[in-house]
Amino acid sequence: MAMAAASSTLPAYHGLRGSPSANAKSKLSCVSANPPSRVVVRALASKPWAASKTLRQVAAHATAVASKEAVSSSSSSQGGHELLMFEALREGLGEEMERDPNVCVIGEDVGDYGGSYKVTKGFSEKFGSWRVLDTPIAENSFTGMAIGAAMTGLRPVVEGMNMGFLLLAYNQIANNCGMLHYTSGGQFTIPVVIRGPGGVGRQLGAEHSQRLESYFQSVPGLQMVACSTPYNAKGLMKAAIRCENPVILYEHVLLYNLKEKIPDEEYTCCLEEAEMVRPGTDITILTYSRMRYHVTQAAKTLVDRGYDPEIIDIRSLKPFDMYTIGESVKKTHRVLIVEECMRTGGIGASLRSAIMESFWDELDGPIGCLSSQDVPTPYSGPLEELTVVQPHQIVTAVENLCGKK
Amino acid sequence: MAKRMQGIMESIQTLCSGDHGNEGFMQDDEDEEEENGVGRLTSWAELLGFGLAVFSEAIAPQLQCFCDRTLGFAVGQGGSREAWIKAVAMAMSLVRKAVKKGWVGALAPAARVMSQALSTASEPITLDIPVPFKAHKVETPSVTVETSAQELTNFFKTMFIMRRMEIAADSLYKSKFIRGFCHLYDGQEAVCVGMEAALNDKDCIITAYRDHCTHLGRGGSVLEVFAELMGRKDGCSLGKGGSMHMYNKKGGFYGGNGIVGAQTPLGAGLAFAQKYLKVEGVTLAMYGDGAANQGQLFEAMNISALWNLPVIYVCENNHYGMGTAEWRSAKSPEYYKRGDYIPGLKVDGMDCLAVKQAVKYAKEYALQNGPMVLEMDTYRYHGHSMSDPGSTYRTRDEISGVRQERDPIERIRKLLLSNNIATVAELKTMEKEAKKEVEDALSKAKESPSPDSDELFTHVYRKGYGAKAYGADRKEVVVKLP
Repeated sequence: MAMAAASSTLPAYHGLRGSPSANAKSKLSCVSANPPSRVVVRALASKPWAASKTLRQVAAHATAVASKEAVSSSSSSQGGHELLMFEALREGLGEEMERDPNVCVIGEDVGDYGGSYKVTKGFSEKFGSWRVLDTPIAENSFTGMAIGAAMTGLRPVVEGMNMGFLLLAYNQIANNCGMLHYTSGGQFTIPVVIRGPGGVGRQLGAEHSQRLESYFQSVPGLQMVACSTPYNAKGLMKAAIRCENPVILYEHVLLYNLKEKIPDEEYTCCLEEAEMVRPGTDITILTYSRMRYHVTQAAKTLVDRGYDPEIIDIRSLKPFDMYTIGESVKKTHRVLIVEECMRTGGIGASLRSAIMESFWDELDGPIGCLSSQDVPTPYSGPLEELTVVQPHQIVTAVENLCGKK
Repeated sequence: MAKRMQGIMESIQTLCSGDHGNEGFMQDDEDEEEENGVGRLTSWAELLGFGLAVFSEAIAPQLQCFCDRTLGFAVGQGGSREAWIKAVAMAMSLVRKAVKKGWVGALAPAARVMSQALSTASEPITLDIPVPFKAHKVETPSVTVETSAQELTNFFKTMFIMRRMEIAADSLYKSKFIRGFCHLYDGQEAVCVGMEAALNDKDCIITAYRDHCTHLGRGGSVLEVFAELMGRKDGCSLGKGGSMHMYNKKGGFYGGNGIVGAQTPLGAGLAFAQKYLKVEGVTLAMYGDGAANQGQLFEAMNISALWNLPVIYVCENNHYGMGTAEWRSAKSPEYYKRGDYIPGLKVDGMDCLAVKQAVKYAKEYALQNGPMVLEMDTYRYHGHSMSDPGSTYRTRDEISGVRQERDPIERIRKLLLSNNIATVAELKTMEKEAKKEVEDALSKAKESPSPDSDELFTHVYRKGYGAKAYGADRKEVVVKLP
């Protein structure tokens, strides 16, 4: 889609400035449309979408209103507790480490320092330095070490301090992690979780703003998931650790301070399932990770202008949840993909061709795809904003695909 | 032979006259599972009858295999007296079963087990290693090695099978049964055979792509290797791995890796798991002189030294990294010193006993103190792979020189002959048996079918959370919701 001129106003969401530890909860809690979406996801898990009309109406009502008030979810019991995304990840990881003594964390500064994004804070004292292993700065070897340990039955969680550093371990991830189950004829499984923050941050520079999902998506044998809310972060973390396949869990640098209320009782999210953020009828908008918030921001404008977009957070980047996506396409007949990945060879490119192959007859028009520009992320703030998809571009794209109202 | 029979009877008498008394041999023990109970003898005449069955022609193949495993078990447990007693007990229970079922032909292998167990195995032979060790930041192990006739015979047999297997693979490749890359190990057999003599089933081995013989050493079969090389169903990786990806989970063999040097961090991970799970074993992470220049090896050495992981880095230095000699690729070709803070030993890799001694020493060290580097000075007769003639970067004289002076199989042959453990004729019989074993395995492997088409999609993911792999045809929409 054509980029707008420099007269773009920054939406309120961009209040998250400075270091990841900056607290910007007041601005963010209004953007996250999580409570209603959680209701719908739970319902979807048990019966097909089409049947739960009342829930849809409830959800639609909740999101159509600028959801500043927290809508209490009917499916969480005893209120739940509120926490930030990195705390949710910590909770999920801690629960799994308590549950299974074979789960261990390997990464730089995860032990004594507590993790560069505080995801493993306090773990070293609780579980010992052998289970929360501080490594030297040698991604290739400690990722290889984690894979070797996983072959014997341990369940290591590898933390890349920034996802971009895992490019140094690409050989280990692609050749050993993804392929050992196949080349050994099923003898070995590699239940390793590789996680870390990626994505375009706040002027971090080109090498620290990598989106690795496009590089790893064609490695056979890997599963990839991207979390976007504290609820699904905890659920996906737990599911990924319990999964027998190697899983790459993509977090985003700018989402660590998202606040949400999550249930007290134990839960996991399905690794291969997409999340319905906002049901609608006019167009299916597929997104993941941070772009979910740009899309929901744009949705407010779209709803005001009379559109009814259906927003799906695809969550599972490999394999795609073609069932949920397919049901949505059959309903709306128009698709827009909004992602932070590069345009060339990104997740959007693969998703686009997958939808076209499977649902060509259902489509009323071409599948739109908004991605980041194919440039190294510049340091300058305004330029950086131009590389990433902004809400007003999403609005324009939807208007172009659906026709003016 | 008569002397041997007498020996059998005397030894069995000593063995059985201890705790177990003289109850009926044919006692109907319903407990077929007991393996620790030594069979009880009634009369020596019965035993003599069994012994005479050594000359019997009819040998049930299953029982043959069972007996070989019994032997292998005893050797694998280090040849200790307890191990041999257990082996004899197993053989005795076999004999009992056989007599019950009227399998006269089964007695021959059972008796062979007993005779080998009791007569030849436990006599220790002390030998000196001719080429001295070179050490870096550690004491050298003693050059005096304790071995036994049984062990030396096993060395010979196993190495001969490995040699035949690799040569058969050579001709298979030339007749296009094996495609792609095929890296042959002949010349280097002493390394993996010597290692196995010092290891047990708690230890792990991981190596690079020259892995056919290492796979055999860890408990694989020749049939599995041939079938895998030809891409057939009966291969150890179901035909989907190929020459460079052979694995044996039960035997503790973790491959089989194609990328040079990438197995060394994996080896550190195996050792990490051993230390984490408190398993009293070591990991041998093998690599070549070519991989010794990889950065990830040094990273792995750093982290294993930092956390005292029980890993032994074994550098199989055959002096050529693919087509480049070691003096052209390494500034310092003293690979045993390259661990710097990690102690190292240089070992004559063409001598099984030297390898066994070094690995035994390194294992003790690694379990106490952390990693060690062993450089095995060895040589490969073939080129780097079957696509490499092997003579463009070295002279044929060099190859034949090494073959004459340092060949590992010839060395063991000389030891067996000079120590009167076997005669020339017996060695010839062993060779013939080995050739036959390899040929049988080869013909069986050739009959094995190719994997079915739907094997293409199996083992990409493990069935767990409903993940399914899509084929190229994505028309099928399949996602299982939990």
